[in-house]
Amino acid sequence: MGRKLLLEKAHVENIRSYEVYRREGGYRSVEKALKTLSPDQVTEEVKKSGLRGRGGAGFPTGMKWSFLAKPEGVPRYLVVNADESEPGTFKDRYLMEFIPHLLIEGMITSSYALGSNRSYIYIRGEYAWITHILEQAIDEARQHGWLGKNILGSGFDCEIYVQRGAGAYICGEETALLESLEGKRGNPRIKPPFPAVKGLWGCPTVVNNVETVAALVPIINEGGEEYAKIGIGKSTGTKLISACGNINKPGVYEIDMTISVEEFIYSDEYCGGIPQGKKLKACIPGGSSVPILPANLLLKTAKGETRMMNYESLADGGFASGSMMGSGGFIVMDDSQCVVRHTYTLARFYRHESCGQCSPCREGTGWMEKILWNIETGKGRSSDIDLLWDIQRKIEGNTICPLGDAAAWPVAAAIRHFRDEFEWHVSHPEEAQKRNYGLAHYADPLTVPVA
Amino acid sequence: MKVSFTSEQLQEVQRLVSRYPEGREKSALIPVLHLAQDTFGGWLSTDVMDYVASLLQLKPIEVYEVASFYSMFNLSPVGKHLLEVCQTGPCMLNGSESIVEYIYVRLGIRPGETTTDGQFTLKTVECLGACGYAPMLQLGEHYKEHLTKEKIDALIESCYAKSAALN
Repeated sequence: MGRKLLLEKAHVENIRSYEVYRREGGYRSVEKALKTLSPDQVTEEVKKSGLRGRGGAGFPTGMKWSFLAKPEGVPRYLVVNADESEPGTFKDRYLMEFIPHLLIEGMITSSYALGSNRSYIYIRGEYAWITHILEQAIDEARQHGWLGKNILGSGFDCEIYVQRGAGAYICGEETALLESLEGKRGNPRIKPPFPAVKGLWGCPTVVNNVETVAALVPIINEGGEEYAKIGIGKSTGTKLISACGNINKPGVYEIDMTISVEEFIYSDEYCGGIPQGKKLKACIPGGSSVPILPANLLLKTAKGETRMMNYESLADGGFASGSMMGSGGFIVMDDSQCVVRHTYTLARFYRHESCGQCSPCREGTGWMEKILWNIETGKGRSSDIDLLWDIQRKIEGNTICPLGDAAAWPVAAAIRHFRDEFEWHVSHPEEAQKRNYGLAHYADPLTVPVA
Repeated sequence: MKVSFTSEQLQEVQRLVSRYPEGREKSALIPVLHLAQDTFGGWLSTDVMDYVASLLQLKPIEVYEVASFYSMFNLSPVGKHLLEVCQTGPCMLNGSESIVEYIYVRLGIRPGETTTDGQFTLKTVECLGACGYAPMLQLGEHYKEHLTKEKIDALIESCYAKSAALN
C-alpha cells in the first residue's frame, strides 16, 4: 500500500468541515511556515522537495517560483489553476470536493512564500457546486484567523477568491486563464513576457495547479528533504491519478510513483483490471493530449524494462515508443474499442476548444476532425492517413500556446502505433462499419533489439 | 421586458466587483454573466448583455465578445431543462452515444434541438471532468453520472414534475 500525503484523510467523515479538518491536523503547515520560516525559506523547502507541476507540464515548482519578479511597490499574485478540462482528468475536482481545506491551506503558505496578498482560484465554470464548497471553506478559514489581516501575528495579509470560468479548455493554459480572469476571451498571450514578470493585470504572477499547491501542506509539515525521499529519481512525492475508461474501478488514486503500470491497471488496490474478461488494447496514460500506447509498449518499454507509473518511465523512449505522465488522466481501452473512433472524438474536442488565434490550430484541428470522421465512417482514402500525419506535423510547434501540440500529439501517436487499424478502415470500409479491428497484434510481446 | 436585477442581485454584483483591485471591475464580467443567465431565462439576449455592460461600465462589444467565446453562455433561447451530454473520448468509451440516442427516443430531439413544449434542450458538450463516472450529463448546476436508460427516464420525469410544481 503506497504512502498517501494528500488523500490520506479524504475519507474521514465530515473532513470537508473546518472543525474536523483542523482536528485531523489541518493548518499545521500554515502555523509552521508563518511562525518559523521566512518566505524564501518556504521556497527553499519547495525546491528541496523536487515537486514538479501537477497540471501536466511537470515543470519544477520551486524553480517556477524563483522566477517571480519582485519589483518594489507592485502587487504579486498567486492564481490556482482549477480549470481542470483535459479529457481523462478529474483529480483536482476530487481533491476540492472532498478535502477543500487542503487546497486553502496550501494556498495560504504559497501566498506567503510568493508575497501574494490576494490570491485567486480559477475554477472551470461547470464545477459550480465545488465553487460553493470552496467559498464555504474560505469563509471558515477566515473566521478562524487563517485569512485576513496579519495572519497569526505574522504581519502577512491574505485573501482568497474563487473565480468561475464559463466553459473553455483553453483557459487551462496559464496566460489564457489570466486573460479570462481579467474578464476577456481566453486567448493565450505571446510569451515572453512570462506571467512571472507580467501576469495578472500586468503584475508578476505564479499560476499553479490545484494538486501542486495542495502538495505544499506535506512539504512544509515534513520538510522538503523528507518529501523528496518518497518516490523515485526526479519523480518525488505522490501523484494523483484519475483512472477511467474500460476498468473495473474508475476513480482517483494517490500513488507514490514506485508502482508499475501493470500493477496499477490490474491490482485491486487501484483499477482492478478490465471488465467482462476483455483484454487491454491501449492506454492514454496522462490525459488526452499525451501519446496513446498499445498494450505491449504500455507495460514494457522498448528496451524490455517494466514500465513504471512515474515521469521518467512513462516518457521512456520519447514519442517514438513512450508517452508522458501529463496530468495523470489515465484512459484505458479494451479490445472492443476502436482507436480511430476514439481519436476522432479527441480531434473533435480540440477543434471545439481551439481559441482560433493561430491558423494552424484553428484550421488544422477542423481538418483532422473531418478526415478522421471520413475514415471512421468508411469514406476514407489511403492518402488520408498521410494527409493527417502531414497536418499534425504542421500544427505542432507552430502555435502561440501548447493547444496546437496537444491536438497534434494524439493523432500522431494513433497513426504511429495503430497505422494498420487506420489502413483497415480504409481498405475494408463496409466491414469497419460492422465490427471493430479488435486487439490485433497490439498486445504481442515486442522483440527486444540485442544491444 | 425591462431587464433589471433585484436589489439583492445588485448587491451580489457589488460583492463580485469588490474581489478585484480598484479599476479592475471588468474581471467581474464572467461571474456577472453567469448571474444574468441564471436570472433571465437561461440565456443571454442582446438586451441582457447590454444591461450587464451598463452595470460594469463596459462597451457592449466587450460583453458580446466574451459571451460568445465561452460554451456555457447560451446566445439563443433554451428549454427549461438543458441536458448537456458529454461525448468526449472517455465518455464515448462508456457508451455516451447510446445516451444521446436514448434521449432522442424519449424526447424526439437531436443535439441543438428543443422539445416543442419548450421543456428540454439537448446539447452535446466536450469533456466535463467526470471521466471516471461516465457516461454523464450536466443539468443546471449538477452532474448526473453513471447514466443508464432507467436513470434518464427518472431524470426526465423529475424535470416534468419540477416544471409542474412551478406552474
